Amino acid sequence: MSTTTTSITLAKISMSPRKRLVMIGMSLVAIMSVTRLWTGFDNLTSSGTIGAALRLTVPIMLAGLAGLWAERVGILNIGIEGMMILGTWFGAFGAWKYGPWIGFLLAILGGSLGGLIHAVATIRFNIDQVISGVVMNLLAFFGVRYLSELVFVGQPQGGISQSPPQSFAIPKIDVPFLAGGPVGSSTTPDALGWLEERGWFIIGDLSGITRGLMSGLSLASLIAVLLVPLSAWVLWRTSFGLRLRSSGEAPEAAESLGVNVIRVRYIGLLISGGFAGLGGGFLSIISSSYYRQGQTAGRGFIGLATMIFGNWRPSGILGGAAVFGYSEGIKLVAGGSITGLFLFILIVSAIIGLISLLQRNIKRGSTAIGIGVIALIAYLTVTEVPESLTQSLPYVITLVVLATASQRLRPPAKAGVPYRPGGGH
Amino acid sequence: MSDTAVAPSGPLGKILTPSRASGLRTSGTTLASSLIAVLIALAISALMLFITGKDPVAAFTTMIDTAKNSDKLLEMMRRATPLIFSATAVAIGFKMNIFNIGVEGQYLFAALMAAEAGSHLSLPGPLHVAAILAVALISGAAWAGISAYLKVRKNVHEVISTIMLNYIALSFIQWIFNSFFRDDSVEGLNVKTTIIAESGWLPDIVEGRLNSMFIIALIVVAIFWVVVYRSRFGFKLRASGYNATAASTAGISATKMTVIALLLSGAVAGLVAMQSVLGETHAYGPSATPIQLGFAGITVALLGRNHPVGIVVAALLFGFLDSTSAQLQLAEVPNSIVKVMQAIIVLTVVIVNEAAVRRANVRTAERARAELAAGGAA
Amino acid sequence: MSSTLAVELRGIGKRFPGVIANYDVDLNVRSGTIHAVVGENGAGKSTLMKTLYGMQEPDSGTISVQGSERRFKSPSDAISAGIGMVHQHFMLADNLTVLENIILGSEPGRRGVIDMKQARSRVEEIMSLISSELDPDMPVSELGVGERQRVEIIKVLYRGARILILDEPTAVLVPEEVDELFATLNTLVSEGATVIFISHKLDEVLQVSDDITVMRQGTTVAETTPQQIDRSGLAELMVGSELPSPAGRTSTIGDNVRLAVNGLTVAGVEGRPAVDNASLTVRAGEIVGIAGVEGNGQYELCAALLGLLPSKGTVAVDGKDLTKASTRQRHDAGLAYIPFDRHREGLMLNAPLWENTLLGREDEEQFSRGPLVDAASIRSYTVDIIERFGVLTPDESTPAFALSGGNQQKLIVGRTLTTNPGVLVAAHPTRGIDVGAQAAVWDEIRRARDNGMAVLLVSADLEELLGLSDTIAVMFDGQITATLNPDDVTASELGSYMTGAHKEVTS
Repeated sequence: MSTTTTSITLAKISMSPRKRLVMIGMSLVAIMSVTRLWTGFDNLTSSGTIGAALRLTVPIMLAGLAGLWAERVGILNIGIEGMMILGTWFGAFGAWKYGPWIGFLLAILGGSLGGLIHAVATIRFNIDQVISGVVMNLLAFFGVRYLSELVFVGQPQGGISQSPPQSFAIPKIDVPFLAGGPVGSSTTPDALGWLEERGWFIIGDLSGITRGLMSGLSLASLIAVLLVPLSAWVLWRTSFGLRLRSSGEAPEAAESLGVNVIRVRYIGLLISGGFAGLGGGFLSIISSSYYRQGQTAGRGFIGLATMIFGNWRPSGILGGAAVFGYSEGIKLVAGGSITGLFLFILIVSAIIGLISLLQRNIKRGSTAIGIGVIALIAYLTVTEVPESLTQSLPYVITLVVLATASQRLRPPAKAGVPYRPGGGH
Repeated sequence: MSDTAVAPSGPLGKILTPSRASGLRTSGTTLASSLIAVLIALAISALMLFITGKDPVAAFTTMIDTAKNSDKLLEMMRRATPLIFSATAVAIGFKMNIFNIGVEGQYLFAALMAAEAGSHLSLPGPLHVAAILAVALISGAAWAGISAYLKVRKNVHEVISTIMLNYIALSFIQWIFNSFFRDDSVEGLNVKTTIIAESGWLPDIVEGRLNSMFIIALIVVAIFWVVVYRSRFGFKLRASGYNATAASTAGISATKMTVIALLLSGAVAGLVAMQSVLGETHAYGPSATPIQLGFAGITVALLGRNHPVGIVVAALLFGFLDSTSAQLQLAEVPNSIVKVMQAIIVLTVVIVNEAAVRRANVRTAERARAELAAGGAA
Repeated sequence: MSSTLAVELRGIGKRFPGVIANYDVDLNVRSGTIHAVVGENGAGKSTLMKTLYGMQEPDSGTISVQGSERRFKSPSDAISAGIGMVHQHFMLADNLTVLENIILGSEPGRRGVIDMKQARSRVEEIMSLISSELDPDMPVSELGVGERQRVEIIKVLYRGARILILDEPTAVLVPEEVDELFATLNTLVSEGATVIFISHKLDEVLQVSDDITVMRQGTTVAETTPQQIDRSGLAELMVGSELPSPAGRTSTIGDNVRLAVNGLTVAGVEGRPAVDNASLTVRAGEIVGIAGVEGNGQYELCAALLGLLPSKGTVAVDGKDLTKASTRQRHDAGLAYIPFDRHREGLMLNAPLWENTLLGREDEEQFSRGPLVDAASIRSYTVDIIERFGVLTPDESTPAFALSGGNQQKLIVGRTLTTNPGVLVAAHPTRGIDVGAQAAVWDEIRRARDNGMAVLLVSADLEELLGLSDTIAVMFDGQITATLNPDDVTASELGSYMTGAHKEVTS
């Protein structure tokens, strides 16, 4: 039976997914609100938690963007972790010596250097992309130790695995009127804070969430988050972006239309390294004020995971990173509240389970119910989750999401496939 | 109708059969290119030292001096032992184009399990040791098995899953150790599991300097060689690595091979810390059990080109380099240069090898054509 | 229609190592016409078009476009001369939208920012020209095959092509899509464009073209029009009026059915099955040949028989039902395969020849000693194959990539035949093998057949097909459309069925 091939101009479907997303978002907030009221864990949606979450989201998001820019040109970048490490070191070095903005600049350059090495190895010398990435990580890890030994040892509070602390910081903003930020020299009312304190159903939560994004907001975070729409704009609205994406989707087709795929791939990896470096710089300049060995803690890889289940789109990466940021934020602000998350998971999976069973999707329904049962048991029995286990949360989440996400994903078609020019026909 | 190969005549011809000759040519190319790469890497390292204001000559002379010390040579072999296990584990996967980056998590998990299990057993000598080894093998394989399941059933790329499992292992191990396995009867900061009874100790070859685990490492590499290059299973493994499509067309199940390869890889990984558990500290502990050996194994495997002899040589080389760090400290050379050198060596070797192999293949094809033309028509 | 020539090729010749692809080719394409170039596999059509599109330079001959002689060093030269090519295998990025695929590399806009409005209006202009209603924002992956082809056509029109070359455009289309395509081509031609298209589907050629050039074995053999010739005449020109005569045989075909295929269906792209309810039987000592132009389901049929692709229907070897069996189990049951693509499916190029011989046979007793491989025995076995089948190689340790294609093929044939299979599925077994060795391979196949082996032979080489087969089944569009007797089939009959004529009920 052949499909009838109709070329109809469909009604623009772009409205529905967005509306759907808003609906899902609102339901999640509502469920979270219920959980908060039931358990009394106000921290679940407090501005403090959300503020921390934002700070924790940014490095992962930047790592994810780093992965995006690389895979969109067709090259796997497992070395993001290493490029982030370079970013943490060079960022801390620059910030310590010259101030935070120079620090960021050096962080980006440091990461790009890593990107360049990876590019030369994989494009010019055709090394296996995964091997090159893995070696990149080791090179960076030990390279910065050596650099530390040269530069930080002997400095106050410095050593082979730590840099001296920075003295200048990037200013933080509080939005006036909504979050009590100053206008001129007078303080303004903290409208959202007031609402948040009232703790009303949904309104209180929304206020908390919004205020968290508006108070104590670092300028750097703001700029970083703006890189998400900027990336999207460049990739989808400029010639450069189109040619870049085509190099990862169909390099032969691109080549046949005059695109210099090799050059585009080099540029993509430089940008990728730059993003990774920026993410690392964020860790050592904003999240803390010094470089420390192991600061990246696998965020490069988690970033890759957000790229995968963000479906290789900047918005998806932001969303995925936000999930990680939030879970780490909760842990940081009030570790005990994490049991509240069990209740949240219970409610969400119960709902998904019921809907799936009504839709006759037995497999998804039973899996969701199963998860709900586990969450229920956890909620009832666990009073305090041991620190060592919560540490593994982001990595477990990564695995779980990757394991379940396989179907709807759409990676760039030729990501990871080595390309030799002149290969088409 | 066929062409007889042009072979050297006389007794040399009998030893240097055409097949051996071509095999030697391949090894020769690899060896030569690796040596060149190492020299290039050393040059780059010297440059790095020079640029950052350190004395490359001092560094290298210190290293060479270290080599003259026989004690240091024993230390080289001692340090090489876990690297041999780690690299072999990685190489098993590489033969099938599977990247097991999770050796780190696998070996630490195995070390904890084996040490704890060993502390509860009381068996006569060899059996006790064998039991501990068995637990290590099984635990390593089990941890790798998670990645195998995720890859085969859920299509999760093994690079990400093994790396995630490394971090998860660290957490998981810390929790289990602190909650259940820690021996709190012993005072001090160096906490460990309960020390294993002496029947579970593996004796040293050279007292205090080199443990019998080194011999076991060599045996494992030898088994690796036999299995991968001589056995039927090894053939299937390598065939899947050569051309997965052709292998499955011929009936070799890609899924089965993937799972077995990962399990074996994990099992061998489980042995990485056994020198420490059986021969040195006789327990597991956060400060007692060495870390980072999983990643080191990857570099050794890459440097050794996933070949048994290469792995041993590379492990010894890296073991030697590691042993120089104390002397370098004394000579006022930052000893972290050692690790950087190792990373640079690996990168250059991989690059140079890739280029060399490509050129060698072109020459092999040309030589084949020439020999056929010279040998006359069919 | 005019009498000026849009394209004139004179005396084009092109050779590759060992093969003369084109010689003395003349082509006259009148402006504003649809000109069809027909011929079988290997007739040289694709090579000729690649030359015209600038993808390669001819060894001899001239190319003239609109009366002036041109030399094309690359496709860009051809494009600036107004020539655009729509390849048989589309060069599209699945995950990009229709619009993006069209404008890639020539995006309208200023300072790097794409002027979406301008792009869209340009493209919509072209779309309305050819009455296409594609949604420019739809990702190409969601398009049907016919629609993808439309995108490729728009791509070349967007770049100003006035002469369009289409390579086997209807090979992947269903009948409705074919009609739509022809409507488009007619519209283009009425606007003054010229269309050259390559095809082997004679009904369509006769339906839509103004002029027809027939190619056979590298050169042009006839220039004609649909008014002057009919289907069987064309088929005869394509295939040659003389078919190779089938060789006689002395042994008889056994009674027992060794291979029984029933209702085999293999899913394909876009909901069209690659193999559509195919049934056939092969008896002991019988060779059944599958005739057909490449791409009509032959690969999928063979792959399904070997268990490499999922399928519906049943497959049985020597009475044993193998429908649910794994590939290894099918090998063990006596099924053997000489693959279509020796590099992709058959060889480990970096491995020595003896390991290639061992592939799939490592568990056999004669090649193993317990869990180990008996290298000595497989090496000498390989040496025997090398001698018996004339594989030109320094020795059995030479890596497979060092051998020429023909010798690689000889090794594959040798290693497969020496397993003494019960049923051999062979896909152009002598592809790339020189004439002398070809005859030797055929003798080996015949000898095995005389000993009771059943053979399913897929081949585009008519000499091979007719010389070996006892029965010929024709595959077209995934279906077995005819069963013919090689002794009395005529060229035009065979050509007709291969190019889509319907359908004779199998006997």
